[in-house]
Amino acid sequence: MGKWTRRAFITSGIIAGGTLAVGIAIRPGNRSDKVAGIIADDGETVLNVWLKLAPDNTVTVVVPHAEMGQGVHTSLAMMLADEMDADWNDVRMMEAPAHKEYANYALAKGFALGEPDLPTFLIDTVDGVFLTATKMMGLQITGGSTSVQATGRHAMRIAGAAARAMLLQAAAAEWDVPVSELQAKRGMIVHAGSTRSARFAELAAAAAEISAPAKPRLKNIDEFTIMGTSPARLDVPEKVDGTALFGIDITLPGMKYAAVRAAPVFGAAVESLDATTVQDMPGVRRIVNLGDAVAVVADGYWQAEQALAKLDVRFTQSGNERVDQGDIFSQFAKVLDQAAADDSYETDVALGDASTAFDSNARVIDAEYRVPYLAHATMEPMNCTAWMRDGKFELWTGTQNPLGFAHEVADALEIDADDVTVHNQYLGGGFGRRAFSDYAIQAARIATESAYPIKLIWSREEDMRHDHYRQANISRFRAAVDADGKPLAWENSYVDKHDPAEATHIPYGIDKQLIRYTTSSTHIPWGFWRSVDHSLHAFFTESFIDELAVAANADPYQYRRDLLANNPRFRAVLDLAAEKSGWQRELPENWGRGIAIHRSFGTIVAQVVEVEIANGKPRAHRVVCAVDAGYAVHPDGMRAQMESGIIYGLTAALYGEISIREGAVQQSNFHDYQMVRMNDAPTIETYIINSGERMGGAGEPGTPAIAPALANAIFDASGKRLRELPLKHHDLSQPDRRSRDVA
Amino acid sequence: MLTLTVNGETHELDVDPSTPLLWVVREQLGLNGTKFGCGMAQCGACTVHLNGAPIRSCVTPVSAASGQQITTIEGLSSPADLHPLQQAWIDEQVPQCGYCQSGQIMSAAALLAKNPAPDDAAIDLAMSGNICRCGTYGRIRKGIKRAAASMTAQEQTDKAGDAATSKEQQHG
Repeated sequence: MGKWTRRAFITSGIIAGGTLAVGIAIRPGNRSDKVAGIIADDGETVLNVWLKLAPDNTVTVVVPHAEMGQGVHTSLAMMLADEMDADWNDVRMMEAPAHKEYANYALAKGFALGEPDLPTFLIDTVDGVFLTATKMMGLQITGGSTSVQATGRHAMRIAGAAARAMLLQAAAAEWDVPVSELQAKRGMIVHAGSTRSARFAELAAAAAEISAPAKPRLKNIDEFTIMGTSPARLDVPEKVDGTALFGIDITLPGMKYAAVRAAPVFGAAVESLDATTVQDMPGVRRIVNLGDAVAVVADGYWQAEQALAKLDVRFTQSGNERVDQGDIFSQFAKVLDQAAADDSYETDVALGDASTAFDSNARVIDAEYRVPYLAHATMEPMNCTAWMRDGKFELWTGTQNPLGFAHEVADALEIDADDVTVHNQYLGGGFGRRAFSDYAIQAARIATESAYPIKLIWSREEDMRHDHYRQANISRFRAAVDADGKPLAWENSYVDKHDPAEATHIPYGIDKQLIRYTTSSTHIPWGFWRSVDHSLHAFFTESFIDELAVAANADPYQYRRDLLANNPRFRAVLDLAAEKSGWQRELPENWGRGIAIHRSFGTIVAQVVEVEIANGKPRAHRVVCAVDAGYAVHPDGMRAQMESGIIYGLTAALYGEISIREGAVQQSNFHDYQMVRMNDAPTIETYIINSGERMGGAGEPGTPAIAPALANAIFDASGKRLRELPLKHHDLSQPDRRSRDVA
Repeated sequence: MLTLTVNGETHELDVDPSTPLLWVVREQLGLNGTKFGCGMAQCGACTVHLNGAPIRSCVTPVSAASGQQITTIEGLSSPADLHPLQQAWIDEQVPQCGYCQSGQIMSAAALLAKNPAPDDAAIDLAMSGNICRCGTYGRIRKGIKRAAASMTAQEQTDKAGDAATSKEQQHG
């Protein structure tokens, strides 16, 4: 693998029809034969490009991320176009194909596994640029709020800047003037000293002859002309007239439909199935035993569903048939007790010696919080269309990881990854769910023995009962406080650590901290869920700090603010949220206001919620959100992502609960896995700080703070401290402002 | 054979009459703008109009739609002449993943056809059957109000135009 060093370089060339292609080659030798035709239009031959400049001056940006509503196709195109000084009106976008030239599976896998032979790449060199982006993308994954942070920063901007530099040099040579006298502006190169100017496309042939700079200069924020504006998103028009194609919309000649039912208890398998009752039903083609699931293939989806419902299937015992939700929480509590007793916790954070504070005469405050499992419930249920021809598979689906899917399907079917092609479509919601390839593997398996393409669609019930779930958890806290109620020591113990590592970290100036965890595995499959571990730990930490503020008889905003004295960036975000909310303003009877702040994926978000308690139920009326992501590339997109993250987190806080009974998920559809709807959606105001710090993400950071802000607001309104989600389980009909009940 | 009129076009279909309209529209007619979300009238992604009223096509047997006027998102407008709601959805940048938006727009279109100036309570009532997991509710509300305003303004322009025309005719 070492020979890869120094073989990554920006490359360019003229392809058929006079189009200039600029990309980054990462393999030794000329790879053009390998990728010819993959993203080319008719007759074009292209390298692994990031941009194409056509003779009509249009710039096509190739974006290696999936669009699932986060606006990434637009914001990444903006980053490239800005560095290139292209005319935004001439910019087009295409999603990169699922191909290893865009993210090398073996290489990225090596990174992930820490393969020792891999060279150390420097981010600021082109050698490192693409590979770092690859690593961050995690096998062409769209997730972890990384698109703008990693791909945008390390690939899009550099490709655009390199193209611009080449065009400038080409003009300088052609006009025999110094580059310093030239300017790139809205798709043109202009010479200040004369009237000479040329459209980018006119210089394309000459630019292709110029070696790309190894380290093109990137713009400073004050030079941005496209970044920082909010052009209309490129994907919106086709999403208002029904023409946008999602995975579920793919139609192929002769296609049949499959419905599937997996063993209800995770880990169980099909013991027996009797197809006789259904094989003669109208439209039914095949009954397929997938080992842990059964599928019916029919001419229409409804026919497949009807037959599946009647299919007589027996499943094996997995040994988990007697596990109920209460058992899982008891198990968590037990392992926490055990880890405390035998001091077997793993350490997350250890600052100072917390035990000295607890051993002193300081007042100690403690609390325990719980959250349940959560499903993603994307609006588009899982689905995949698979077609096997001549031993090769093509898959049409919406995925957050097209390349990874190709490999995982290949692994599952024991075929060569080159024999699996994934055609990614719009995602009807991702939120982490569409990073898991189980549905694609099922579709490929069903298609394996079929003479026709198969469209597999999961029912909503299947989607909810066979998700990869946000973990349930118990988190225990202890704080020692001084006479003024200021925390001297912070101790936090919880179950099961996933990602990201810093989710439990607090921004507050508390000298002594001990944050630790223990592991307690269950049979419930775990999955990335919008903001991942942040989604629970922000609720825990920001509720507990609120409890400390209340115990100190302090204003919860001021209390946090004081503890952020050495953290000005956090403090600015907190202040902005408080100020815009009118923190001091009187609220009506039975209303309350709560605040929370949390950093995730490099972005700091503070939220203030105004809640009304009516008929014993909380109703969030208003959310004020302040966000510092370093710099908002597309401010309206940033606001949209905050709105989205807040509603997603609000649904979880108020209603979200997947519970286990007899080893299986109890919930099945939206009647028992309730959602925030129009009638209980709060108004949301978002205020953006462009601090100029390193860019953070947007897709996830809106979610973590809303649950604690809401619970804190409910305390303010009712005096009830709710330590367990979802909040719907608590009866708030007996408001008691001053007591500190545990509801 | 069953007769189905969708977006003004009449089709003769050989289909089990108990099949939900959703699957007939998608699979037989190839109109994929109408989405499957829950299969039990809980999410609204499959909303179409039956004689102008919003219905959940995932629980409506195709037999119940036979002989009626069905409109799907594809029949709401033409590309050259967007429905004011579709324009408002673009102006407010409403959609994110976009999957629920056909259903949202069909519910909103039925609302505006009945109530040209809906207040927040009317919007809540008409739109709370449609789930959006991306949480675009605030923008949907703004989009409906924007579309309502533009439709009212258009109507007034039309009326003024008509009045001017009839005046001219009187004087002529």
